[in-house]
Amino acid sequence: MHGFEYAKPGSLTDVGTLINDEAVFLAGGQTLIPTLKQRLASPRTVLDLSGVSELRGIHVQDGAVGIGAMTTHDEVANSSEVQSAVPALAKLAGGIGDPQVRNRGTIGGSIANNDPAADYPAAMLALGAIIMTNKRQISADEFFTGMFSTALEPGELITSIGIPVPDQAAYAKYEQRASRYALVGVFVAKTGGNVRVAVTGTGSDGVFRSAELEQALSANFTADAAKGAKLDAGNMMGDLHGSAEYRAAMVPVMAARAVEAAA
Amino acid sequence: MPEITVTVNGKAVTKTVDANTLLVDFLRNDLALTGTHVGCDTSQCGACVVHMNGRSVKACTAFAAQADGQQVTTIEGLADGTELHPVQAAFKEAHGLQCGFCTPGMVMSAVDLLATNPSPTEDEIRSWLKGNICRCTGYHNIVKAIQMAANEMSQKAAAE
Amino acid sequence: MSDTGIGSAVKRREDFRFLKGIGKYTDDINQPNQTYCYFLRSPLAHATINSIDTSAAERAEGVVAVFTGEHFTEVGGIPCGWLVTGKDEKPMVEPRHPILAHGKVRHVGDPIVAVIAESLQQAKDAADKINIDYGELPAVVDMKKALEGGGTAVHDEAADNMCFDWELGDKAAVDEAFAKAHHVTKLDLVNNRLVPNAMEPRAAIGVYDMATEDYTLVTTSQNPHVIRLLMGAFVLGIPEHKLRVWAPDVGGGFGSKIYHYAEEAFVTWGAKQIGRPIKWVAERSESFLTDAHGRDHVSHVEMAFDENGKALALKTDTLANMGAYLSTFAPCIPTWLHGTLLAGQYTTPAIHCNVKAIFTNTTPVDAYRGAGRPEATYLLERIMSKAAAEMGIGQEEIRRRNFIKPDQFPYQTPVAVVYDTGDYDASMDKALELADYAGFGARKSKSAAEGKLRGVGFASYIEACGIAPSSLVGSLGARAGLYEAATVRVNPTGSVSVMTGSHSHGQGHATTFAQVVADKLGIPMDQVEIVHGDTDKVPFGMGTYGSRSLAVGGSALVNALNKIIDKGKTIAAHLMEASEGDIEFVDGTYKVKGTDKEKTFGEIALTAYVPHQYPIEQIEPGLEETAFYDPKNFTYPAGTYICEVEIDPATGQTRIDKFVAADDFGNVVNPMIVEGQVHGGLVQGIGQAMLEFAAYDENGQLQTGSFMDYTMPRADDVPSFDVTTTVTPCTHNPLGVKGCGEAGAIGAPPAVINAICDALSAYGVDHIDMPATPEKIWRAINAGEKPMAAE
Repeated sequence: MHGFEYAKPGSLTDVGTLINDEAVFLAGGQTLIPTLKQRLASPRTVLDLSGVSELRGIHVQDGAVGIGAMTTHDEVANSSEVQSAVPALAKLAGGIGDPQVRNRGTIGGSIANNDPAADYPAAMLALGAIIMTNKRQISADEFFTGMFSTALEPGELITSIGIPVPDQAAYAKYEQRASRYALVGVFVAKTGGNVRVAVTGTGSDGVFRSAELEQALSANFTADAAKGAKLDAGNMMGDLHGSAEYRAAMVPVMAARAVEAAA
Repeated sequence: MPEITVTVNGKAVTKTVDANTLLVDFLRNDLALTGTHVGCDTSQCGACVVHMNGRSVKACTAFAAQADGQQVTTIEGLADGTELHPVQAAFKEAHGLQCGFCTPGMVMSAVDLLATNPSPTEDEIRSWLKGNICRCTGYHNIVKAIQMAANEMSQKAAAE
Repeated sequence: MSDTGIGSAVKRREDFRFLKGIGKYTDDINQPNQTYCYFLRSPLAHATINSIDTSAAERAEGVVAVFTGEHFTEVGGIPCGWLVTGKDEKPMVEPRHPILAHGKVRHVGDPIVAVIAESLQQAKDAADKINIDYGELPAVVDMKKALEGGGTAVHDEAADNMCFDWELGDKAAVDEAFAKAHHVTKLDLVNNRLVPNAMEPRAAIGVYDMATEDYTLVTTSQNPHVIRLLMGAFVLGIPEHKLRVWAPDVGGGFGSKIYHYAEEAFVTWGAKQIGRPIKWVAERSESFLTDAHGRDHVSHVEMAFDENGKALALKTDTLANMGAYLSTFAPCIPTWLHGTLLAGQYTTPAIHCNVKAIFTNTTPVDAYRGAGRPEATYLLERIMSKAAAEMGIGQEEIRRRNFIKPDQFPYQTPVAVVYDTGDYDASMDKALELADYAGFGARKSKSAAEGKLRGVGFASYIEACGIAPSSLVGSLGARAGLYEAATVRVNPTGSVSVMTGSHSHGQGHATTFAQVVADKLGIPMDQVEIVHGDTDKVPFGMGTYGSRSLAVGGSALVNALNKIIDKGKTIAAHLMEASEGDIEFVDGTYKVKGTDKEKTFGEIALTAYVPHQYPIEQIEPGLEETAFYDPKNFTYPAGTYICEVEIDPATGQTRIDKFVAADDFGNVVNPMIVEGQVHGGLVQGIGQAMLEFAAYDENGQLQTGSFMDYTMPRADDVPSFDVTTTVTPCTHNPLGVKGCGEAGAIGAPPAVINAICDALSAYGVDHIDMPATPEKIWRAINAGEKPMAAE
């Protein structure tokens, strides 16, 4: 690992003071630290956000769930507020990586990284979440801009996530057996009567909403309707763990399972 | 270079470390606590699992600086002297270890499991152990050991 | 039987230190003033090295020294321990394997430059400053293409990339049998390349003491004496008495830590050059590229049967990948440890096996748990089940019709070896019972009602363990003897130190060997210490591999114990004024037959060291004996495994619902440890069948070079197991033991694949290559007779 300076701001104001062009934010570190270990990045400054108390906490009010960016996957999974408002999200968080990753990894970190096989981006997109930053609010539709890419500008920091409580929602994940990331992850949500379906692990440019599945499930919110959807393998990624064709075929299968679980 | 104070196995230690020092290297190299092992470089094998503030974490995926002001427990601190923690004792009883290399991480992970779920099913145990790879035992006796420990610990808790 | 004697499930004595985190693995050991080594490795599979510029690295902060292949031209290459002679009577092609690549790199991970610095960080930073000018060459990856040549040779010595072309068996007899066969079953299959992945990465520390001119190598080895021999005699020219090799606690091996590796030789040699200790610890990504891989065979198999399903003949054609260089035992794996097992448990009268060994630009391949025997078992047990399906005979029935029966032992197979004993119907019976085979039909119907496919697979494996009679293996090309040594030192107060050449890296010798001693000498186990792993403490040894520790090392131990007991008798006879013939040794006490006169073992031990009243004319004082045991034959563990799988046809995802193992390991010293060995082997076998694959792309890049892509079996990938044993004691070693370390990895792959093929039989699927990933299964279902879902 290359050398760097370490700083631990105590507040968002401190973050503003310490930020520089060659700084990275350290949230849970479950992706950043392995990346640094492989010498794939060489920041000048690492800003540890664990001391910023404004970034923590879970609140439910006015039909929405607010989750601080530094909330760990384990906290989301075991939060009684989340469990009762958006059980699908709690379940998703409880299935990320492994227990040790869940004890450190955070929702803000996961979303900011936008790994094409991460679970949270699918939930954000399907649930129509709002990503709050130190500068603005961004809708999930605008936030995820492609594989490992987001609308975040340099120095912009996710502070919290706002999630409208859905009528029905569920996530079905087909794990890549080595990494345990999603090979195919489908999050299905019905909010205010609208169906949104987001797919992770599969798209050649990261998480995406499936028009085919949304159309099918808007007409008929059943597992069979999901199974009947056809996705174009040309838009899927393929690797040793699953060809594009296989991934494309698994999306409707996982969507159907999500619909069954959401019922 | 950050100066950090970490309570490791109940004792506060203060050291100056490089910012990029991993917690596992701090434990192994600075404190000579070599029970915490390094088995991979992609944060997956779990040989390095320790507890931070009572929860299991991968010491290879945390900086020592992040442990500043925190409580860290390693395999060496799980039970005093020649005593064995009930999970350690169950691993011996059920032959839940062979070469011993993954064992400290397995045990620390299992202790965290039983703290959050005192009577896990076999499926819950197997699912929990996703972050710990063992190449020797085939997991059969590790699962058995954790079940034994769960019984032992809940009986003890009931008696108290 | 005492509660610690042979046959008791004694809890392991080594567990305490591992559970407390106070074991001592190589990386836990540090030397005063040590330096750290980082190897800059080839990123290319095949290239000439036109130039290396290390000048900036040499000037970098903290750098102590930088070495390249230029420094090793006067030093030997890494030797190969086995010479295979081809069917053309020519010796195998044996190219030089340099410590650091010189002029050319031959696989991704080939070490080129060693950077030694005050810290690992500094060594890595300096390595970033090294410039190497490569001339990239086409990579030889695919074995069939490698043979076609096309001008690209991994080694100039082998223009067609062939290391040897070897055969075993009577081809004429096989051809004759095929000509009159009622049915012939054919099968093409791949035995997938695996990465052993012991959880402890390899590590080595080299130390040189200028005062005494002694070298020490601390290393992650299964056989420190073999490393001393190979490195001392063939690479560095250091005599044994000046070289200590110490393998302390070793975190698993599975074969990958048998071999002598370049890093060991480098740190030993380098420590003298720089006058300071050098430590090197592999990162996992290095392990993936440099630990010898396993398996990697491509085979065509044909088997001929008569109208009753009796096998008449078997012929196999195999390409075996050697990788870029010949690792220590590589040539014997696909030959003498493979072809000789092709009779399996069956009476097949004619067998012919042809193996072509191929050089490729990939990591060297050598023994991995099972080594040759899993490859033999896989193709034989797959073709038996395929034949059964084709002929409409049950998987159980076809095996029973072909089993060698108990009254046929000793049994001479047509592939050189003689099985001493076995009872194959007995393990089949026990497996069927444990598997509730009678209830399979009902379970299959239940699965079908839930839209799932259920299948059952059998595998009746045999293996050859306890390698091996030295004269035999010598005639087959081994460049060493394969005996084992043990020294039993009875201390004056009656405690016992055993120095064994067997090495434990998880197998539990400190417990099982102590059980043997306690049982034979009638003393408590806590009076027995087992010492291993250090050439300065143990007189000699050949180490642990091929499930040989108890069968060979344990036999040496028993022979040494018998010498102790005999010497004790002479002392006891003198003390009790009786004739030696009247002395019997029972439960730790020497007795004069027919009298109440007796002396405890402790009293005899003390007398040996305080020989005031002693048969000094007959024997020397002291009580210490060494035995070297050279096996008379291999041992032949065998058993039947039954696997039941359930497949989700929508995804191809497969779950093992039930796995039963009934093994005959001969006598068992510690059933708890034996079961643990079986469990571990099974999961490695299941991993091979369903999850693991070292995949290379056409440029020779390892695509599965980390745990992110190489699927190690995790706890939730496998079930709990039902394991049991049957016993026919080995007839030719004193404990009657056969060996249990590799069985699971040998028997599991065909059992799993047979089960998957059985489940898919309705779709006309008769073979799926390993690893049987969900996608492969899904494709097979969708290409089959009854497509379930549109493509």
